[in-house]
Amino acid sequence: MATEAQSDGGLVFHPLDQFITKPLFGDGIVHWYTPTNVTLWMAIVVLSIVLVFVVGSRGRAIVPSRMQSVGELMYGFVYKMVEDVTGKDGIKYFPYIMTLFVFVLFANYLALLPMSYSSTSMIAVTAVLGFGVFIAITILGFVLHGASFLGLFWLKDAPLALRPVIAVLEVISYFVRPVSLSIRLAGNITAGHVVIKVFAGFAALTIASPAAVLGIVAIYGLEVLVCGIQAYVFTILTCVYLKDALHPAH
Amino acid sequence: MAIEGDLASIGAGLAAIGSGFAAIGVGTVAGNYLSGALRNPSAAASQTATLFIGLAFAEALGIFSFLVALLLMFT
Repeated sequence: MATEAQSDGGLVFHPLDQFITKPLFGDGIVHWYTPTNVTLWMAIVVLSIVLVFVVGSRGRAIVPSRMQSVGELMYGFVYKMVEDVTGKDGIKYFPYIMTLFVFVLFANYLALLPMSYSSTSMIAVTAVLGFGVFIAITILGFVLHGASFLGLFWLKDAPLALRPVIAVLEVISYFVRPVSLSIRLAGNITAGHVVIKVFAGFAALTIASPAAVLGIVAIYGLEVLVCGIQAYVFTILTCVYLKDALHPAH
Repeated sequence: MAIEGDLASIGAGLAAIGSGFAAIGVGTVAGNYLSGALRNPSAAASQTATLFIGLAFAEALGIFSFLVALLLMFT
């Protein structure tokens, strides 16, 4: 604190400036169709997914090339996850879950490049993903099971007196799902990038600059881990919710 | 050094306490998983998915407190 006072205002933190949405061309008002840095980075995410999965595995070789084996590893990983959690019935919905996983993973990792924009740190982006999952799974449950889908909230194992109380809690937890799904992803990515920027701010001070180097390296390593885990958690929770829609009795 | 800021900053600081409690929750989940996994290592691999789901639930509530702090600071 003493060093902070001496270096008259040398330590200036603007850790949240990296999340400002700017139009790519000019400084006009941002409409829903304006190309901004958010849409630019989401386009880069989609392009790099196409690069790995379409262009990279164009050869369809028996012995895969490096790019193709990366794609095959991801495909196998998600396929096994869907199969383990939802069972054989869930394989039909594998393409949707694979799309979610790959988009979130690539968006998280591309956000770790310096000067990039982290599109998954926007609540708007993650909320569309989260509410999309929620709406799709609710519709799927009612289409497959009709009114008996409501049995998800009416637990037959519980004592009769407790069932209404549990039903209220189950309904609340059901409707909190999309909110927690989207806020978890956005919050984790935002928090990680803010911490990196705060450590970067220490570099302005000579005394604190070793802390900046060590801190950024350590937190960056943690962030590489967190990005993968958050993509994994997002998809595995989608699988768990999908299992609820397929087998509401359990 | 004069104290600057307003009540919202104090509220944001109080909201940050929630991160500490989320840390306790995450530690409990990971610690219990590890103690169970060391007792029965053959069953450990099948439970990693449950571990990550538990971590995600515990951690999400800490993220909510971070969100409350951000809302107090910037709205």
